[in-house]
Amino acid sequence: MRILLDKFSKAFGAVSVIEDMTLEIGDGEMLALLGPSGCGKSTTLFAICGIHKVSGGRILFGDRDVTSLPPQERNVGVVFQSYALYPHMTVRENIAFPLRIAGKSSVEVARQVDEMAQLVHIEPLLDRRPAELSGGQQQRVALARALVRRPHVLLLDEPLANLDAKLRLEMRSEIRRIQLETGITAVLVTHDQVEAMSMCDRIAIMDAGRIVQIATPTEMYNDPHTAFVAGFLGNPPIAFLRGVVSGDAIVVPQSDVRLPKPNGARNLAEGTRVSVGIRPENFGPAGDVPVRGRISFVETQGRENLYDLMLADGSVLRSIQPVRSDIAVGDEVEWSVASDRIFMFDDKGERI
Amino acid sequence: MNGHQKSWPIILVITILSAPLVLAYAYLFVDTITNSPPGSVVPHEFTLEHWSFLWQTRPGRLSIWRVTLNSLLFATTSAALVVVVSSMAGYVLSRLNVPGRSFFLAGVMLLHAFPAITLIVAIFIVLQMVGLYNSLIGVILVKAAIDMPLGIWLMKGFYDTVPWEIEMAGIQDGASRFTVWRKLVLPQVRPGIFALALFAFLLAWGEFILPQVLAPSGNAQVLSVYLASLIADDNNFDMALFKSVGLFYIAPVLVLFFVFQNYLMNIYGGGTKG
Ligand SMILES: Nc1ncnc2c1ncn2[C@@H]1O[C@H](COP(=O)(O)OP(=O)(O)OP(=O)(O)O)[C@@H](O)[C@H]1O
Ligand SMILES: [Mg+2]
Repeated sequence: MRILLDKFSKAFGAVSVIEDMTLEIGDGEMLALLGPSGCGKSTTLFAICGIHKVSGGRILFGDRDVTSLPPQERNVGVVFQSYALYPHMTVRENIAFPLRIAGKSSVEVARQVDEMAQLVHIEPLLDRRPAELSGGQQQRVALARALVRRPHVLLLDEPLANLDAKLRLEMRSEIRRIQLETGITAVLVTHDQVEAMSMCDRIAIMDAGRIVQIATPTEMYNDPHTAFVAGFLGNPPIAFLRGVVSGDAIVVPQSDVRLPKPNGARNLAEGTRVSVGIRPENFGPAGDVPVRGRISFVETQGRENLYDLMLADGSVLRSIQPVRSDIAVGDEVEWSVASDRIFMFDDKGERI
Repeated sequence: MNGHQKSWPIILVITILSAPLVLAYAYLFVDTITNSPPGSVVPHEFTLEHWSFLWQTRPGRLSIWRVTLNSLLFATTSAALVVVVSSMAGYVLSRLNVPGRSFFLAGVMLLHAFPAITLIVAIFIVLQMVGLYNSLIGVILVKAAIDMPLGIWLMKGFYDTVPWEIEMAGIQDGASRFTVWRKLVLPQVRPGIFALALFAFLLAWGEFILPQVLAPSGNAQVLSVYLASLIADDNNFDMALFKSVGLFYIAPVLVLFFVFQNYLMNIYGGGTKG
């Protein structure tokens, strides 16, 4: 079902957390709300499910205005960060709880619980209690419980934050599989960009209660609208250089770096300060604009190495390259930037 | 292993210190089933006459079983009242955003610290006016009211440890706030409820001043008052009878305590579930 937040605002007392947010989530789409801690992701999620009353604006499920509906009547499935399973009930009872509340017959309850258990692969665990399950299994139970009522929308608040790295990888694809199989509209809250990029159809990046950009993961990565977005996506993260417009080039003061002006920067006045974003994969032995510097840090990631290169003016560029052993900390090197892949931002962080 | 070796001096000291107490209790028990010749402390014959109060009612007194029933009624009913009210009030104070919440919290704290006994004259007058003086219902209400602040505070502590998300999950699953409380939250605080019930029961069972002042005679007499009336009786003062009734009175407490001591510990542990 399509979800629409129409000029939604939320304030806690005098503190305004979200102002005039408009966000549309398509039917069957999985959307990530991505942003730093405290930017209002959970607040948005809790407004959708009805735990928080909105202070302004409307929330629509399909064409139905649910703004003033209590959570019980919204039919929203929520998976909490801590899973919030009912510890005194078995897995079966946990999944059955929403159905029992809805007054379904016990035959019907049993049938739907089995169906859900099959979907999330927990059939052998139905008679255990939550305390006897691993984190990933608890996660599956929480998903089953959230989905068993066939909700209009599934909300996930940092569902993977409590899992270890390997399980996180597994559950990432599991959640996506279940979402695709059920065709449910889903909103995933996360501050992990990898999760957002790998699991979702679209990403909405939030900062301080506003949506800065909303796009598919690829679009977002290749065409960030602000320096904030560029800095948020990508691991290892993008590096920024401070530059000044000088003639038909951007120069980095106190260094010999001269980058060609990109198209959007044609009519910038001489001396305008800009910031240049360079992703680690676009800086290395291959490229067209040479940059000299000293290696200040090397991090081995197994298949690749991450190098930090300190420029003459003290700023740092990152480069990711296949593992090589000929370079060590302290070496002077000259690598190049692929100048057609750089992003330029003005002093407010807007893309030029 | 190591722990045992380190702790034996402590155990020795404790044993020596508590030996007189243990001996006194043992002697108390022996005294109730034997007779000693005058002037001696060594018993010379076995007898059950000191326990005859169990099957013989003395003139002018209530039957011991009637008194025991009163005590049981008094203790269970006031404990039940305390548990029912505390489990609800504690939840409200812990979770719901009621107006004046901090005022109520402070009030409960203050009431708990307040020496209720200073109110006894006022309570006495009130009970007489409403006609509950010398009745079991009167003391039950008063006792429950006095224990309630402690109960509410304790239950609030237990509720505070229940994760907020569990309730939110319940609400999202379509349950009403009341169903969430009854089906999801209450089972989490069961150890607390149980401990509080036991605690309130023991408190009421041991209560003396309130029944003594508010229901001293007539059919509402409870065990503690009955026991006190034995010593107050100057005419036929019977030390052995007093001891036997005393033993009879504390027996249930000891049994409850030994059976449920883990639950009672729970109350001091602040509700972290084991
Ligand atoms: N009940 C509340 N009362 C007052 N302020 C609140 C309340 N809940 C959240 N806030 C504030 O609203 C802002 C957004 O909170 P929110 O929980 O939505 O952040 P978040 O994006 O989910 O962060 P995180 O990634 O840390 O979970 C924060 O600054 C927080 O302090
Ligand atoms: Mg959050």
